[in-house]
Amino acid sequence: MFQLLKQIAIIGIKTEPAPAPDESLRVSKALSAQIAKRFHGALTIRHVDAGSCNGCELEINALNNPYYNLEGLGIRFVASPRHADMLLVTGPVSRHMELALKRTYDATPEPKLVVALGECACTGGIYGESYATLGRVSNVLPVDICVSGCPPTPLAIMQGILTAIT
Amino acid sequence: MKIGNLELAAEELPGAVPAWGAEVDASQWLAASIHAEASGGRLLALWGSDRSDGAKPRFAVHAALVVQPGIIVMTLPLSEETYPDVSNVFPAANRMQRAVFDLLGLRATVPADERKWLRHAAWPPDVFPLRKDFLGDGSAFESYAADHIDDYPFVSVAGDGVHEIPVGPVHAGTIESGHFRFSVVGERVLKLEERFGYKHKGVEKRFEQMDCVTGAKLAGRISCDSTVAYAWAYAMAVESACGGEAPSRAAWLRALLLERERVANHLGDLGFLGNDAGLAFGLTQFSRLKEDMLRLNAAIFGHRYLMDLIVPGGVLIDVSAEESSRIRAECDALESELLLLRSIYDEHPGLQDRFIGTGRVAPELAARLGLIGLAGRASAQAWDLRAQFSCSPYDRLDVHMATHRNGDVAARVIVRFDEITESLRLIRAILEALPTRATLAQLPTAAEGATGIGWVEGWRGEVFMALELGPAGAIRRLHPHDPSWQNWPLLEHAALGNIVPDFPLINKSFNLSYSGHDL
Repeated sequence: MFQLLKQIAIIGIKTEPAPAPDESLRVSKALSAQIAKRFHGALTIRHVDAGSCNGCELEINALNNPYYNLEGLGIRFVASPRHADMLLVTGPVSRHMELALKRTYDATPEPKLVVALGECACTGGIYGESYATLGRVSNVLPVDICVSGCPPTPLAIMQGILTAIT
Repeated sequence: MKIGNLELAAEELPGAVPAWGAEVDASQWLAASIHAEASGGRLLALWGSDRSDGAKPRFAVHAALVVQPGIIVMTLPLSEETYPDVSNVFPAANRMQRAVFDLLGLRATVPADERKWLRHAAWPPDVFPLRKDFLGDGSAFESYAADHIDDYPFVSVAGDGVHEIPVGPVHAGTIESGHFRFSVVGERVLKLEERFGYKHKGVEKRFEQMDCVTGAKLAGRISCDSTVAYAWAYAMAVESACGGEAPSRAAWLRALLLERERVANHLGDLGFLGNDAGLAFGLTQFSRLKEDMLRLNAAIFGHRYLMDLIVPGGVLIDVSAEESSRIRAECDALESELLLLRSIYDEHPGLQDRFIGTGRVAPELAARLGLIGLAGRASAQAWDLRAQFSCSPYDRLDVHMATHRNGDVAARVIVRFDEITESLRLIRAILEALPTRATLAQLPTAAEGATGIGWVEGWRGEVFMALELGPAGAIRRLHPHDPSWQNWPLLEHAALGNIVPDFPLINKSFNLSYSGHDL
């Protein structure tokens, strides 16, 4: 236990400043004023993997490492869409995930913010549309913010999330 | 070539790994499998192909067996759309054979399990997307899909107090999509059944619209956590088909990237394993170390996860003397931090209480069902390509394989710690002995119908690729195989008798790929 506490003390706080919001990421402007007023920066997110290659998931997980410390900003990932303000959707939407994605969206309370995360979620990416995939997320759900990148860096993801609630 | 006592006419395939190809008939298909199993061999992959624009007859099935000298790739041409079932010889064949039916309509006879596997309801049961005459974009089946749901026949358990817990495809944490059906009494797991295919993206069909140059990008996106292993296996397959070779500096740099991928993933897993057992400190510390490593990757190689750096013919990166010393300094720092964190994990009674004895796969079961890779080594399945079938540069590096016998979460943690230590040694050794000169070579033009294979020990286990080229370097057929195919069925066994709340810990200790499996 001594070693553990010593390690915590030696390493100290590694968290870096968060990026500024970027209006160019916003694809839908309808809700923004109301959201900024209601959320005051606090937000709960449900991640849905609609068919990704698991790269975007690696970077979402990185958001909670000590450098980015997303929770320190009051933004949390929650276990159920019923507790979430925002869906963070990765991957091209596989046809086998379409139903689960729509049901997750239906289970999410208003304002149902949707962030399409990564190249595939934004455009369909290298998989495109086929017998197995429906391509980009906006082919299935209304999308508020697109964060491209393969995978997008943790800073880009934070910026996308912060833009959605600013 | 001899498989056990069976003599099989086989032709050696060019390339970096020892491999032979053999055309067999139905009785040899079965006999070779039985002999391979009896002499300690195993099934690496099983897939089918529609050769209507190449050879006759139209369909064939293929199986890659690992035997003492290397891989033997059997091809069984089919005059009818059936072939002999080998799932009672190699239990891992069960799901692979079902996937072959879903995608190509070729049926193993007579298997114990005829349920669909990768197909849910996006296309009808009598339509087979990997057939060459299937050209649709899927919109033709939308009305079918709308009327059908994936009514998968789970095996149900009956009895007093038994109930089912369905979990997924959307999970509580940030993980990939798949479904787990638990049958439990109280808090104990009586049975666990997996249902996958949610992430099926038509990867194999997509490859057939590409050529061997453009395919490299898709290969690196089959399962991003293993992008280096996939890209290397793909490059190896293309080089083998073309009869070309990457320059030796490129081979060493590929190994450098592969070991960095291994270390980064193991660091992440060790953090999550601590966290899933209630020690958030572990996640904080290990995720910090992983992030440091990813940042150095971005600074030196231009990508945090090392995507798109390995291409057929070589690599697109190089390491300067200054960068090499930065990597060495990182190895030194990481090693000392790791020693400290390992002693904290080892001496933490609460953590060890959760790790030891949890999610156990006994060595006998692992051997019978064919567990491979990291999880296999933690259950005494001593397979590591880097040590046993070492291609350049591993033949010069004398890789020490990490193994354990207990097969529980604790063993999989120990193997990860040991493998990081060994990888850090390898990274230093690679930087020390890195040959000079070119990193990229022009590959000869491949003949139509040329085949090649790639086989790489990724951090999770063996990544395998079988490639057949069409005219002008087009991809006629590419089958990528993730080690998760072998290991997912063992997770069903590992969970038995454990309590439901330990499942996330057990699952994480395997950390298998959904995307690499669902294709």
